[in-house]
This record gives sequence, structure tokens and C-alpha cells, in this order.
Amino acid sequence: MAVAAAPATELARVKAVVGRQTALRRLALLAPALFIVFLFGVCPLFIILIYSFLESGAYGGVDWVFSTDAYVSFLFTRDMFDPSVMSFNSSNLEIFWRSFLLALFATAASLLIGFPTAYFMATRPRSTRTLWLFLITLPFWTNLLVRTFAMMLLIRDEGFINDGLIWFGVIDRPIVMLYTDFAVALGLLYSFLPFMILPLYASLEKIDFRLVEAGFDLYANRAKVLRRIIIPLAKPGIIAGSILVFIPALGAYITPTLLGGGRDLMIGNLIALQFGGSRNWPFGSALALILMSVVLVFLMIYARVSSERNVQHG
Amino acid sequence: MDKRWFGRFACVLTAVAALTLAACDEKSEEQSGTSTTTESTTSETASTTESTTTESTTGSTTETTTAESTEAAAPAQTYEGGELHIYNWGNYTNPDLIKKFEETYKIKVTLDDYDTNETMLAKVKAGATGYDIVVPGDYMVAIMLKEGMLAETKPNQMPNFKNVEKQWVDVYWDPGRNYTVPWQWGTTAFTVNTDVYKGDINTLALMFDPPAELQGRINMLPDMNDVINAGLRYLGLPRCNKNPEDLKKLNELLTNSKKYWRTFAYETIEKLTSGDVDLSQQWNGASMRVRLQLPAMKYAYPKEGFTGWMDNVAVLKDAPNMENAKKFQDFIMDPQNAAMISNFARYANGIAGSAQYMDKEMAEAPEIVMPADAPAPDFVPPCDEDTVKLYNNIWTELMK
Repeated sequence: MAVAAAPATELARVKAVVGRQTALRRLALLAPALFIVFLFGVCPLFIILIYSFLESGAYGGVDWVFSTDAYVSFLFTRDMFDPSVMSFNSSNLEIFWRSFLLALFATAASLLIGFPTAYFMATRPRSTRTLWLFLITLPFWTNLLVRTFAMMLLIRDEGFINDGLIWFGVIDRPIVMLYTDFAVALGLLYSFLPFMILPLYASLEKIDFRLVEAGFDLYANRAKVLRRIIIPLAKPGIIAGSILVFIPALGAYITPTLLGGGRDLMIGNLIALQFGGSRNWPFGSALALILMSVVLVFLMIYARVSSERNVQHG
Repeated sequence: MDKRWFGRFACVLTAVAALTLAACDEKSEEQSGTSTTTESTTSETASTTESTTTESTTGSTTETTTAESTEAAAPAQTYEGGELHIYNWGNYTNPDLIKKFEETYKIKVTLDDYDTNETMLAKVKAGATGYDIVVPGDYMVAIMLKEGMLAETKPNQMPNFKNVEKQWVDVYWDPGRNYTVPWQWGTTAFTVNTDVYKGDINTLALMFDPPAELQGRINMLPDMNDVINAGLRYLGLPRCNKNPEDLKKLNELLTNSKKYWRTFAYETIEKLTSGDVDLSQQWNGASMRVRLQLPAMKYAYPKEGFTGWMDNVAVLKDAPNMENAKKFQDFIMDPQNAAMISNFARYANGIAGSAQYMDKEMAEAPEIVMPADAPAPDFVPPCDEDTVKLYNNIWTELMK
């Protein structure tokens, strides 16, 4: 027994050493990634967090005095007559609400257009799918700014669409499209559509189409097959695509500036304004953090929904 | 009709080409740090993008034009005089002026640009930019002096200081000129397409209470101060105003007038020439550049008053090349060199004797030579912090 025990403790010791070594090695291998995450992720975020709790300097920058003014001023403004009286102000909320609606529209519209497109791509013969995929990624070859300018040329009063419609005699005077909320929504849809199509395609491509055949064999009609078989199987793609479109659309900056004519702000413009003309860095930081928490909420919903799915099937 | 279609198509192609060119430029700058473009492409980019960019385009902040390009192509040139880094407004610096400075002093110049005073302030405040020279507007000079960001270079003791016009010596932002040198000065009012509106244009009513033909055809500058100051003038109220009653009236005026305004953009030249709008709040030099393309465009001198401004060459306190920066300040006070600045950007420069070297069209331009009956331009000093906060509320309320 004693003879057997000695190698056992020896083994445990060796195991412990090896374990420590692997742990160390793992840490060493992880270090570069952790370093990058810390340097470019956590650090800037931490600075933003600190700035949001300071007072704004008179001419930009911050004064190192603790203050929650930035968060308070998101919802309330001090009365012009008496600074001690606070009143509810909905301006910032309205800007958030507009951004939310526009982003939601962009997401819904890109899902409506993206789903048939991705389905079409996924049902092509394997050899031609690469070509379709290539075509979808083609717009990324050009800078977003240039594509947005091109969009302006299309929809302006004397743009291609209006000129064309007038030439064909459909309308007598140009339809005003540029510099409206419609233009912003269209721009967002166009910019982010590929982000919807690609994850959808990835999900749809994996579907075992024998299940669809089985559905038909069991006398399901087309609508039922779509609703009960294809959409549930494509759900991870739908959710991932929606998140990939919704989040960047929520914070979009270029599109509302150019296509919206800078008339009505979205969150991105509101934040940029705080670091420029408004000279209120703490409020800008607070806005960025509020936006980020909204995004986090959506991501948490995503995590919840996808884990539920696992439970159902697991 | 076919011809028109072809024209449109060509237009788009040109625009796309210009933009691609600009993008390429940007990329090569990023990669090499210094420009390797030849002079011909630099000027070509400048002329093709002229219709889409203005003195202060939002999109062109990263576009860097370096003027030592020709020297870079000819390696024989040596710069024993060292370096100079200039941070100026976009599309505002004559490349020939930089070339002349480089050849005179054997100094290598790099040029970077910004779109608003506030952008420049934010960047310089962040520190260690490596810039020697910045070109802040009048009120921004006052702010930067207050913040202790500028070096006291004593331009008033420089040899060429005698050329500065008397009216630009004792200015509120730098009395006696101990820090800064005039670059250019101009006015901010608005430009109207007189083909569309035939009446008297010299009133702010066109902007705040426009006639039917101009409603929804107006571009405003997305600059809080420019819009609010114009509103205060229209109401006959003092500037830098924190009287609650006055601000209430202003707020009402702006919210009511917003429905007549189509866009808020710095790209005033493009907005007018593309026919997106028929009236735009604008700077006088930009207005002249529009008129040279479309003769019907007229710059207004509203009877209620308009903003005057001056951009000034200042040296940063932590400038790495202090002596070269001082040389540059003296250099541009020479009438011949000042004229080069004006011939490019189309603004007056405040240097006596420079008129004889300026283009003939500048001497007669109604945008530059103010009519005798126009009110004096109103130079607005920076408002205090409380006022800025109130203005902010009004601005956010307007933009929601």
C-alpha cells in the first residue's frame, strides 16, 4: 500500500506542477489578447466613465470636480429664470426615440428584403453560391461616404429618380426625398443590408431541405412550411442579423448628417455636437454610456433568447 | 433630353472620380505620412472638389494637402532650415504660398486641416499634436489666450508689422497684436439666387420669415453661434444674451422658422450650385466662389446686421519649431504674400498694400468690397459659460 501511495502523491505533485505550467502558459498566450482588450477596450471606456461624472470646462475639456450634472441634464433642464428649479425636458429623449424608430425601420426593412435574398442565395447550386456571396460583399469595396454621396445624387430634386419619373411623365414636379426622414431610413437600409443578408445566408445554408420535403409530404402548405420549419431553423441568423443592423443604425453618424441634411439629429450627431460646438464633454460621455447601456440591453435580450433556444432543443 | 441625361451621367462620373481621388489621397497620406503626390494632382484635386467642398467642409477634415510635393519629387532640394507644421482650415491655404515660404527659408512645411474652431480647440487641447501654427477665428483666439495655449511671439516687433492695417491692430481678441497676425477676414451673411427671388435681398427676413418661393429652399450653417446671432439681430436683441425673456423670443423664432429650412450644412457652395437650396447662410468668400459659377447668386448685406470675423495666425505655446513659426508670421504680413492668400480663398487679408497684387476680380467683387450703405460687420466676442449653456439648450431644442 505504502509503495502504491508514494507514486500516487508523486503523480499528484507532477500533476500540480504541470497544471500550474499549463495555467501559466495559458495566461501567457492570453496576455496579448487581454492586453489589447484592456488597452483599447476597457481603458477608453473607463476614461469615458470618469469624464461623464465631471464638470465641463468652460471652453471644452473637463474640470476635475465630481458632478452628476451630465446624467441629470439628459432628462432635466435648469429653469432659465431660476437655476434651482428643474423641469423635465424631452429633447434628448425625442432624439433617442427618433434614432430608435429609424433603426427599427432599417432593421425590419432589411429583414424583409434580406430574407428572400438570402433564401434565394442558399437555394442556388453550391457552385454559384460563391458568386452571389461575392456580389453581396461588393459594396464594401467602396467607402461608405462615397456610397452615401451616390445616394444623394439618386434621390435629390434633380437626381436620377426624379428626372427619370418626370421624363416618363409619371410626375410633373420632383418628389422631395432628400433631406427627409425617409432619406435617412433609406440610407440606413442600404448601408446595413449586407449585415442582415450574410448571417441569414449562413443559417439558411445549413438547413436540411429534406425537412422541408417532409413538411410537404405531411400536407403542410407553403406558408406553414415557411412558418413552422424554415423560420425556426433560420432564427439564429434572423436574430444575429437584426442585432448587426440595429446597433450600428442606432448610432449612425454619416447617414443622418448627409441624407438628413443635418436638420434633425440622431444620437450619433448629438454626441458629436457635445465635443464640438456645445463644449460639453461630460454630457457627450454620458450620452455615449447611455447609448451603450441601451445596446447592452438588446444584447442581453439576444443572449436570453438564444439560450432559451438551446434549452428547447438540448 | 438625351443630352441632358448624358450630362448628368458625366456629372456623376466626375463626382465619383473626384471623391475616389480624394479617398486615394487620404490613404496615401495615411500610409506614408508625407504626401508624395505631384503638384499637378494636388491642384487637380483642389479644383475638382471645389464644387463639393468649402472653406470648412465637414467631410474633408482628414484630407491633408502637403505643399512640399514638388520638392519631394525633386530630391535635390534640402531643408537645412528645419520643419514647420501648420494646422489650418480646409481648402484655405494657397499651395503656392507654402512653396514660396519653403524656397525662401529652406523650411519643410506640412499642412493639416480642420473644419471648425471647436474641432481645432479639442484636438490641440488633447495635447502633443506637434503643430506649430494654428489659425483660430477671433473669438477662438480670445479663448485660447485665456487658456494660456498661445506663445507670445510679439508680432508687433516684427519687420513686416508696419503693413498691418491700423483697424486690425487693436482688436478685442489680441490688443496690440502680441500673439497673432491677421490671416484673412470676412463676413457671415447669406447668398440668394436672384433668379428665384427678385425682391430686396438685404434683410434677414428672407431667412426667418421667407417669401413663398424661398420656403423650404434654405440652408443654414450648423453653427450654433451663427444661427443664434442672426436670430438675435433679426429680433433686434443684443448678442451674448442671457436675458430669459429675450431667449424665449429667440427660441420661438428659431422653432417657427425651422420649417422653412431644408438643411444645416457647411457645404454651402455645393448646396447652392447643385440647386438643393436657393438661399444659404454663407461666408463672403465662399459666396464669391459660387457667383463665379452662377452669376445669379448674390451676397446679401442684411440691414439688421451680420457677423464679421477674422482668422489669425497664432503659434502654439509648445510649438516644436518656434523660430520657424515666427518666420511664417512675419512672412505673411508681406503684402505680396498676403495677396497670395486672398487670391486663393477669396477673402480680404487686412494687410495694407496687398490690393495691388490681388486678382482684378477681387478688387471689384461686391462680396469683398462692401457697399457704402451696409452696416458695419459685428465682431462677436466669446460668450460666458452660462450663456453658452443656455444657447446649447436652445440649439438642442431646435435640432431634436
